[in-house]
Amino acid sequence: MLTLEGLQITQDDFRLSADWKVATGTRVAIIGPSGGGKSTLLAAICGFTPATGRVLWQGAALDGMAPGKRPIAMLFQDQNLFPHLTAAQNVGLALSQKRLTTDQQRRVAQALARVGLAGFEDRKPAQLSGGQQSRVALARLLLQDRPLWLLDEPFAALGPGLRSEMLALVHQIALEVGATVLMVTHDPEDARKFAQLIVVVDQGVAQAPRDVDEVFENPDQALQDYLGR
Amino acid sequence: MADRLRGLIPLIAAALVGAAVLLPLAAVIWRAGGLSPLDGRSWDAVWFTLWQAALSAALSVGLAVPVARALARRRFRGRAALVALLGAPFILPVIVAILGLLAVFGQKGWLSDGLALFGLPAVKIYGLHGVLLAHVFFNLPLATRLLLQGWRDIPAERFRLAATLGFRPWTMFRLIEWPMLRRIAPGAAMVIFVICLSSFAVALTLGGGPKATTVELAIYQAFRFDFDIGKAAQLAVVQLVLAGAAALVAMRLTLPEAGFGGLDRIVSRWDGSRLLDGFWIALVALFLLLPLAAIGLRGAGALVSLPASVWQAALYSVCVSLGAVLVTLTLALPLALSRRKWVELVGLLGIASSPLVLGTGLYLMINPFIAPWDVALPVTAAVNAVMALPFVLRILRPAAAQIEAEHGRLADSLDLHGLARLRWLVLPRLRRPLGFAAGLTGALAMGDLGVITLFADPDTATLPLQMYRLMGAYRMDQAAGAALLLLILSFGLFWIFDRGGRARADT
Repeated sequence: MLTLEGLQITQDDFRLSADWKVATGTRVAIIGPSGGGKSTLLAAICGFTPATGRVLWQGAALDGMAPGKRPIAMLFQDQNLFPHLTAAQNVGLALSQKRLTTDQQRRVAQALARVGLAGFEDRKPAQLSGGQQSRVALARLLLQDRPLWLLDEPFAALGPGLRSEMLALVHQIALEVGATVLMVTHDPEDARKFAQLIVVVDQGVAQAPRDVDEVFENPDQALQDYLGR
Repeated sequence: MADRLRGLIPLIAAALVGAAVLLPLAAVIWRAGGLSPLDGRSWDAVWFTLWQAALSAALSVGLAVPVARALARRRFRGRAALVALLGAPFILPVIVAILGLLAVFGQKGWLSDGLALFGLPAVKIYGLHGVLLAHVFFNLPLATRLLLQGWRDIPAERFRLAATLGFRPWTMFRLIEWPMLRRIAPGAAMVIFVICLSSFAVALTLGGGPKATTVELAIYQAFRFDFDIGKAAQLAVVQLVLAGAAALVAMRLTLPEAGFGGLDRIVSRWDGSRLLDGFWIALVALFLLLPLAAIGLRGAGALVSLPASVWQAALYSVCVSLGAVLVTLTLALPLALSRRKWVELVGLLGIASSPLVLGTGLYLMINPFIAPWDVALPVTAAVNAVMALPFVLRILRPAAAQIEAEHGRLADSLDLHGLARLRWLVLPRLRRPLGFAAGLTGALAMGDLGVITLFADPDTATLPLQMYRLMGAYRMDQAAGAALLLLILSFGLFWIFDRGGRARADT
């Protein structure tokens, strides 16, 4: 279970608070107007942005831990791959920061195959399409073996078709490994397809997660404003 | 624990640089016994130093204005090559340029030969005007690059607007170009003034005599001719005060940045005289190319029959150069990667101190224990490493900061730290600037004629010193051959390192 206990983020005159829980294995979409603090919320959970209050995973506090030490894997809006490393090297960093063993190389190849990129090991990001780059990042996520995934609109640059394809893939893989996923999106349709719960971030508050169908059937004022209804 | 160790490494590097600069300075000040009154000759040196530096700065910037403007608004074949050529004097060994300038402007040079055809007397190059000629040769390209950057930063829309309003050239200058020049030119002049304050090799070869001696040269003369270490130390304190004061003034001005590329954008302009712009471009191209051509022409024949001493000196120089590269990069890498602000001060230490002052201090420190000439080569490498450090930090720090900005979060989220971060992220992405910085350091150390003059005995010499000795013995053909060899080695070293940084750094 992910617990945000009185989490408060303050940056100049921007404030955001969150105080809620999410059960393990749940997929949560975070929506709200731009500039509302969706990305900031993820950055605070991951430890990139300082915040007061507590973040707990399975009851253990994460505060003060470096981002890389938290049980969290993160995908950013961009720069998810090192451009100077091959697909296999990028994915391999999930397993080891030394030279990979044969067994590890096999696992990297398997992960790439799982996201539909068998045989792409030696390509560098510049030689891959946007969709393929996202798949490499996803393959790394798969091997990172972290129970909590934070996705900050990683597929925003893809076209609608490719995007829903990627979301379906994330959905499948998250189910397979039982990952808890928090995903920022600005597309209500993506949220509805992907998530079980919705967190609306608006007016300095990240509201407690609610069931996705319920939210869209009875949108409150904040969501209505955002959806433009 | 490991984290604390990592935090210590830049501190250790900074302490080493600080010790390498401050201990010799302390030795100099201690030996000089503070500031004692100067004799008349020393005052002459002070005035000459200030005067020639001011004139060099004014001439370089003044001439750079029409040249940079012509380059900013004209598109022509070879423009890119000419802009690249403007970067060349930075890594051109001073002594090589001087031999080239002598071949063109000297008493027996091409210009004098030409004048003789009309029955005119030969040019006299030695003295103030010779010093100025060499300083303009080195700094006109620098000033041009700085001003060209200024022109490039003027938004193209303004020139378009000016064209639609039918501005006359004078109006254009007054309203658009003058404000930029007023902002950039003083800083450019200050940079050149500071560079010329520490002029040694130029004054050594083209100046000299009571009327054309810089303080740096006076230090050398006190050392070598008067054997008066106390006076050398006293002059070193003077030089320290001059350079320190100038560096303080320079810090208050916003100094322009030429960067090391990206001067290729040409703004569309509809004004100015093609002929006049062509004249300036041709003039600066000839001014830079003729001395180099003279070295090539004269040196090529002598290159095959160089005496063994030259080859020996070349080998020493390569060792000094590679040593300087190794030391500089070892010190610069942790400093460049540290995000602390004081690192910039470490770079400034190198700028405020001059080679001859450091050399004097090191001599004072070493002399009681071992014979200074035994360590001439390591000392030369070390001093060059310190002198190159400011440039290297200027290249590496922004690059390192950019790597962090672009990829730092991903590296953090993957828990890449310490050596693993260095291996997977920093070194691969820093390759290009590292190669460039190594090339620059290597070329500068290769061509340096400074501290080695204090330390060398008659049997050891770096290539620039050997070349200077050949010139002093009037063996001009051999000197030209040595110059060509030095030119090839300097540019070759730069090319190899720079190339190494680019290879396979594809993305």
